[in-house]
Amino acid sequence: MITFILNNKTIKTSEHSGTTLLDFVRYQQRLTGTKIGCREGDCGACTLLIGTLNDDTMEYQSITSCISPLGNAHGKHIVTVEGTNLKDKLTTAQEAMKANYATQCGFCTPGFVVALTGFALSNSENNYSNAIDAISGNICRCTGYKAIEKAAHQVVEKLEHQEKNSFKWLIDNGFIPEYFESIPQRLKDIEGKYINQPKGKYVSGGTDLYVQKADHLADNDVHLIAEKDYLKGISIENGICTIGTNSTVSDLWNHTALNSILPNLRKHLKLVSSEQIRNMASLGGNIANASPIGDMTIFFLALNSDLTITNEKDEERSVALNNFYQGYKTYDLNDRELLKTISFKLPTAQSFFNFEKVCKRTHLDIASVNSAIHLLVENEIISEAHVSLGGVAAIPKYLHDTSAFLTGKPLTSKTILEANEILQKEISPISDVRGTSDYKRLLARQLFFAHFTELFPNHFTLNDFVQHA
Amino acid sequence: MHKNKSNKVLDTKLDAVSLSLKQSIKNLDSYTHVRGESLYVDDVNIRQGTFHAVVFDSPKAHGKIKHIDYSKAEALEGVERIFTYKDVPGENEIGGIIADEPLFAEDEVHFWGMPIALIVAESEFIARKARGLIEIEIEDLPVITTAKEAKAKGSFINAPRSFSLGDTEKVFAECDYVFEGETFSNGQEHLYIEAQGAYAEPMENGNIKITSSTQGPTAVQKTIAKVLGIAMHKIEVDVTRLGGGFGGKEDQATPWAVMVALATHHLNQSVKLILNRHDDLRMTGKRHPYESSYKIGLSKDLKILAYQTEFLQNSGAAADLSPAIAERTLFHATNSYYVPNVTTKVLSCKTNLPPNTAFRGFGGPQGMFVIESAIAKAASEIGVSAIKIQEANLLDENDTFSYGQIAKKVEAKNTWHSAKSIFSSDALEQEVADFNKNNTAFKKGLSFMPITFGISFTNTPMNHARALVHIYLDGSVGISTAAVEMGQGVNTKMMQIAADVFSIPIDKIKIETTNTTRVANTSPSAASSTADLNGKATLMACNALVERLKLVASEDLNVSEKDITLKDESVFINDKPSELSWTDLISSAMLKRVALTENAHYATPEIHFDKTKEKGHPFAYHVYGTAITTVTVDCTRGTYEFDSVKIVHDYGKSMSEGIDLGQVEGALIQGIGWMTLEEIAYNDDGKLLSNALSTYKIPDIFSVPKRVEVIPVETEGNDMAILKSKAVGEPPLMYGIGAYFALQNAIKAFNSNYDLEFHAPMTPEKVLMGLYENKK
Repeated sequence: MITFILNNKTIKTSEHSGTTLLDFVRYQQRLTGTKIGCREGDCGACTLLIGTLNDDTMEYQSITSCISPLGNAHGKHIVTVEGTNLKDKLTTAQEAMKANYATQCGFCTPGFVVALTGFALSNSENNYSNAIDAISGNICRCTGYKAIEKAAHQVVEKLEHQEKNSFKWLIDNGFIPEYFESIPQRLKDIEGKYINQPKGKYVSGGTDLYVQKADHLADNDVHLIAEKDYLKGISIENGICTIGTNSTVSDLWNHTALNSILPNLRKHLKLVSSEQIRNMASLGGNIANASPIGDMTIFFLALNSDLTITNEKDEERSVALNNFYQGYKTYDLNDRELLKTISFKLPTAQSFFNFEKVCKRTHLDIASVNSAIHLLVENEIISEAHVSLGGVAAIPKYLHDTSAFLTGKPLTSKTILEANEILQKEISPISDVRGTSDYKRLLARQLFFAHFTELFPNHFTLNDFVQHA
Repeated sequence: MHKNKSNKVLDTKLDAVSLSLKQSIKNLDSYTHVRGESLYVDDVNIRQGTFHAVVFDSPKAHGKIKHIDYSKAEALEGVERIFTYKDVPGENEIGGIIADEPLFAEDEVHFWGMPIALIVAESEFIARKARGLIEIEIEDLPVITTAKEAKAKGSFINAPRSFSLGDTEKVFAECDYVFEGETFSNGQEHLYIEAQGAYAEPMENGNIKITSSTQGPTAVQKTIAKVLGIAMHKIEVDVTRLGGGFGGKEDQATPWAVMVALATHHLNQSVKLILNRHDDLRMTGKRHPYESSYKIGLSKDLKILAYQTEFLQNSGAAADLSPAIAERTLFHATNSYYVPNVTTKVLSCKTNLPPNTAFRGFGGPQGMFVIESAIAKAASEIGVSAIKIQEANLLDENDTFSYGQIAKKVEAKNTWHSAKSIFSSDALEQEVADFNKNNTAFKKGLSFMPITFGISFTNTPMNHARALVHIYLDGSVGISTAAVEMGQGVNTKMMQIAADVFSIPIDKIKIETTNTTRVANTSPSAASSTADLNGKATLMACNALVERLKLVASEDLNVSEKDITLKDESVFINDKPSELSWTDLISSAMLKRVALTENAHYATPEIHFDKTKEKGHPFAYHVYGTAITTVTVDCTRGTYEFDSVKIVHDYGKSMSEGIDLGQVEGALIQGIGWMTLEEIAYNDDGKLLSNALSTYKIPDIFSVPKRVEVIPVETEGNDMAILKSKAVGEPPLMYGIGAYFALQNAIKAFNSNYDLEFHAPMTPEKVLMGLYENKK
């Protein structure tokens, strides 16, 4: 039985665990405040909160329920807009939306309300930028967002004197209803961390699989792995960072040590989908999806990462990420094998890392071209180089030739211009809905240049690479 | 032109109405919206045994249907029945303006996504599974995807239309400058977040009740009656609200409602159909792409003396609203400018795309984009700023539009010069120039965008509405109108009118659903006119009730009617409260058997248009405004951010500043989306490539301008607008056109060899290619 708390009600259901959480909430439980906009995580109308009990404290995250399997709710607290409602008055987030005319047709509104409530419940620092990140996965077609920005400001203001992790403060200040206080104890009472699962398609966060084949997953056996501990965790030992493939993008975002190793990590990860999706999307899923423009894959290719792969007999083997991909959507992974970890050597004081991504819409969009670079520079000489480029080949591309060329070369504009010539030979972009091949070639060049103007602003400007008319 | 007797009552009342409420009123629906308690079609409680439907549509853009095998789909457990054109008891025809669109394809398919059958099953899931089991064989016929191709092949929806003023040919010869060129503006997906849908319930005697997400309840009712071959009175259409419309549910909400009605007619069971997003994107029409050519002639002092243009409208596979949209393109072809010699022509080109349809602006934006392009081209060639040409040609009082209407109460220059002074535009231009001098990796661009938009349905007979107002015996009020609430706040405005006229609190007033049995024969909620038309009708009904109630009060209080006013839920005599309260007054009226219900009909006076001469006075009034847009382009990556859009807008006297500001901001961002990110793509086979939200991007919270400032221009308002509060739905969308030209100016600042192209949207791809084209 899948057992969880939905708002203030304990649910025990034998529904198929591969059904979407959205369908269960809307059509089984008749909680129609959760809306259907796109069923692919791109609009946020179905945003819910998922609360996890960790050592007596609750951690709430927003998710898009349309691409989330029902089974992933097991043992959790799921909150819909109805679950935030107070009797006969509005919550602080609701009042902020109303007072600022931030709702017009109202269809996207519950998603915004839930996401803003999630922000109040979250551990992220209370500031406007974080509040906007919290609603970065919510699309509104009516308001043009300016009124919603005002509502977010109002929520941030109201949270100014918040006591962190205090349900009581949030209840006293009208953010959430009283029953939230009873949730930790009630979750403890739910027995069995795991549900019995059939063999079937492995599903972690589901953010890619449910976009592609939600009907199939709702109709066939799935094997959920998001809660498997041996796939979790981020560790740093002996100069190696090892990340469990169940780690979500948000897990990376929230990891203190990782943020000090890669100081621009959050700036880079902000270009990856939206907060709702980052809360669900697993690293392993991004790698196994094998999209030629997978953001995290491109990111880890330039870190020259290694994969550990496990099977049902707990046998393990290792493969370099830059050897993992064999062709379009094909890769070195056998049936019933799972990606277990991804690991990379820690950057040193001589390391320079950058990630670039350009798409039609800067946020919550799929890249036209993305790229990462990792350089070791000693005495103005590039001693090691790893460059990756997405959207320019059938696979997420590690640029072997370009990387090799750069190695041992002086850090000059001449080197970079010559390296671009090699880069252009290594890629074979095609024209599609994300851009023409000419555009992708030009963009690949520009992002390659951008790495150097970003990493070495005192050495290089755009003018060093392109003539200014 | 006919004079409506009750319009007189209205006129005398206008100035007497105080708008004490206007500051404090929030959107009436916002309480249930934020709690997730507002009901949309997919939320209504359905009857036990309701069937769910999925549409089977054409997998080819053009072809002859050779064979369809439904047997496997029909055999799937849970499938109730599959309906095709053969099951249509009346006419298999849903075209509104021209009868050229079948509900279900018969022998041929004309666009990819054209409905062929309706699969009805126990669940949507089963119906979708069944759809995958249908086998179809189609013999390909040639596919036309662009308007130019259609023109070359002589494929048109109807005869071309043309407006003219002065003598264009003669004057071109006298111009100091003449420039010609071509433009393209792409379509735009409405992307109402609530997809299309409808729910049908069988009533007794073969009557059917429809719950629909439509802007046009009467169109739904009329079309169902036609397709089922039954009388209109057997069909009741009810609309609570829409989760967004933007024109996409004016005509194109109809087929889905007709389909469920057809299934209910046969099965005598409730049937629900909610399109999933992919189906909605594939099957429905969008804003029309336009390919246009222009010729513009100017004098040395930058006066536009002559303007000529040919608009090729990509209408899609059937007429839908294309002829009306084409007409509005001509009405707005010269935007805010007075041009003494104009020849404009529009051809509605029949292609194999889904029938394109209404979208906020209704052809106006496409027309305006062309003249703004012509001006940009002229400015670039002459070597002056486009702002100079724009400013030199702004419309003035008593100027003649190409369609013969004389411009009155013109605010074009007022909003332009107000924008210049309020926003210190000279300093702003200097800032941009300085920034560009000091930066190479980033460049800024600035543009002005004036707008002039006519208010009324250009099809004069559509400009009417009715309101049915009940005062219940406890003094509470229920109001029904033809207005459909889709987020624009029309219900709030109706309520404000009643609250003001009756002087009772808003919790005593309820705005009912829009329902064809209470308010019949309605025009759709469209053309920015919904609040004007329905508001005037509501005002008339409320005023008529007040007149009656005053008579009751004068008898009860033994004073003259003239001395009586209604205020703060009481009867006032000579501005002093009497002991007679609103509720007592209603009780007294009941005892006196006075009618507490009023049905009022409003028809816009003065307007007329003669389509044989293409001259007349089609608009009740015009809305004006000016926007200044500033953008920063990242010249490394080709990406961009809008720094600000500063607008002076002509609201008249706004009834609700919060609601109206929301309309301006929302329309602006939609316009910017159309001009920048939103790119519809079909391949040569006519298959939609931008077929999901992952491939069709509308603005998100990060992509909107960092600052949007909207300053209302002080005008006296227009009596033809409801309480002098001008229509606000569509006009501000066209401020977004400024985004295109601001971007172009930024590109030019980086690449002086950039060859101005007028090919919207200006995606990051086009920006990057422009930054580096012909670059030495």
